[in-house]
Amino acid sequence: MSEDIEFLKKNVRDFVQTEVEAVAMQIEEENKIPERIIEMSKEMGLFGLSIPEEYGGLGIGMVGKCALYEEIGATHNGYTTLIGAHTGIGTVGIVEMGNEEQRQKYLPDMAAGEKIGAFALTEPAAGSNATNLKTTAVKKGDKYILNGTKHYITNATEADVFTVMAVTDPLKGAKGITSFIVEKDFPGFHVGAVEKKMGLRGSHSAEVILEDCEVPVENVLGEEGHGYVNALKILANGRAGLAARNLGSCQKILDMSAIFAQTRVQFNVPIIEHQAVSHMLAEMAMEIETLRSFTYRVAWMVDEGMKVIKEAAMLKLFGSEVYNRVADKAVQVHGGLGYIADYPIERFFRDARITRIYEGTSEIQKNIIAGQLKKDYSL
Amino acid sequence: MNIYVLLKRTFDTEEKIAISGGEINSDGAEFIINPYDEYGVEEAIQIRDSQGGEVTVVSVGSGDAEKQLRTALAIGADKAVLINTEDDLEIGDEFTTAKILVEFLEDKEADLIFAGNVAIDGGSGQVGPRVADLLGIPYVTTITKIEIEGRNVNIIRDVEGSSETIEASLPLLVTAQQGLNEPRYPSLPGIMKAKKKPLEELELADLDLDENDVAAKTKTVDIYLPPKKEGGRILDGEVQDQVKELINLLHSEAKVI
Repeated sequence: MSEDIEFLKKNVRDFVQTEVEAVAMQIEEENKIPERIIEMSKEMGLFGLSIPEEYGGLGIGMVGKCALYEEIGATHNGYTTLIGAHTGIGTVGIVEMGNEEQRQKYLPDMAAGEKIGAFALTEPAAGSNATNLKTTAVKKGDKYILNGTKHYITNATEADVFTVMAVTDPLKGAKGITSFIVEKDFPGFHVGAVEKKMGLRGSHSAEVILEDCEVPVENVLGEEGHGYVNALKILANGRAGLAARNLGSCQKILDMSAIFAQTRVQFNVPIIEHQAVSHMLAEMAMEIETLRSFTYRVAWMVDEGMKVIKEAAMLKLFGSEVYNRVADKAVQVHGGLGYIADYPIERFFRDARITRIYEGTSEIQKNIIAGQLKKDYSL
Repeated sequence: MNIYVLLKRTFDTEEKIAISGGEINSDGAEFIINPYDEYGVEEAIQIRDSQGGEVTVVSVGSGDAEKQLRTALAIGADKAVLINTEDDLEIGDEFTTAKILVEFLEDKEADLIFAGNVAIDGGSGQVGPRVADLLGIPYVTTITKIEIEGRNVNIIRDVEGSSETIEASLPLLVTAQQGLNEPRYPSLPGIMKAKKKPLEELELADLDLDENDVAAKTKTVDIYLPPKKEGGRILDGEVQDQVKELINLLHSEAKVI
């Protein structure tokens, strides 16, 4: 890791551990990230960390992004998700598939955090099977008219710019899907019910309702009919970053567990002196170090321009599973305290659970890996 | 407005101080901009942003201080100067640092110089006032508010918990007290841009100084950690006996009278 990246990483760590950690319990109680933290994050440029320099972002490679995501993950996951979903799936579509005009129009405001991005693929009948979309887009003159309902859309209540997938040609299946850049102020765009979730408080997921929503033709993202491929690319691109955020969360709860185990005394010794406890810590540390190596390996491959479909899926899968195992052990090390909501461990335990589901479930990742294996070993 | 900020690299406030071989052990320690100097950097940037001009941060120390200067550039300073004494000086004191800074600042026509109230390591609070004195300009210490109109400066300074309002004029040196502002975090784009900002490195010879000109006026005799805090003792019995015992203890045990 270069000196520059180390320096950026340290500054993000200082900010996150000083400012965000100080309000982590408040975020959990109020289900809201304080405006002051959001403003400070904007001023620091965190909203632009995945956007190229020429559009007001940071312009660092995937290794650099992962280094920063690791720090952003080491605190309340609601905050992590606000930044992560915006800089990941919320902006990547425009960065990767947007034309110059679209990039100029949207990215500078998104880099500054003045406009928040969201990704709207999932529908009541289309989750893992993204080809089963029911939202339609019909071209009328210089506009597309979108109709349908998206749900579980992260950041929907905060977002200004949505990457929306809709069916433009129902006869063509996956090849009949197109992606659009939809602004919240377009006529016929509504944010619906906000979900009550198991965790990720402070980050809001809601329905997006498109009711004869008018989208100008220049807001087609990429080519018509390429929406499904775009969606897969956007999700794939986000996978290393997501794993890095999980890595940061894992490290945070290991830090807490290792300190707790040395201060909590049972049977006259700190519990870390009990082998049963120390071995749990050893396993946590080993899995975290493995995840760290794998994360930066895949990030490096991305920076080298190598194809990482299989590796990114493996990393998303492994990172999410490790986070869940580490969080489970952290609760166990903390004992009763790990189950108490006044203490952060149970929050990480609940927040870890979604990582095996969102941005492609663990099972879908296995399908992707197996699919690639079939290609690698094609007879 | 030509603004200079004197900046020292110090131990992180979170660090535990350890002594080995009669010296403070800095192995693996994190270093930061002296927090009081950081208030100075922030205030200097705010003044520049509202009134125009240039902010230069200056540090006397080792090559390691480049990191803290880069941080100040990332926060928003325009230029940085490191006066590297690593090869020339074994030890130095407040006189050394002040003398070097004055040689550097003498021909710079600074309108306003910020220093920290104290550095959190040495804690003498001398360098700022010494520099002002040697430059022949006025100084105001422990300021918590500063307003500049033309050449006139209105200042509020902290006086042991109370405040005092002072009118002064430029050129002026002030030392920053906690409460002056809330320093911002360096922005990530700011950090990337800081790489391209000028950071000049000088040695004593560049200032026409040699080690004798700046030799320390003080000597460090011993370095030791403060004694571990122990639980208090409560005396009992008749008040007269307690007083007698207290005086006895202060004399024979604490050896303070």
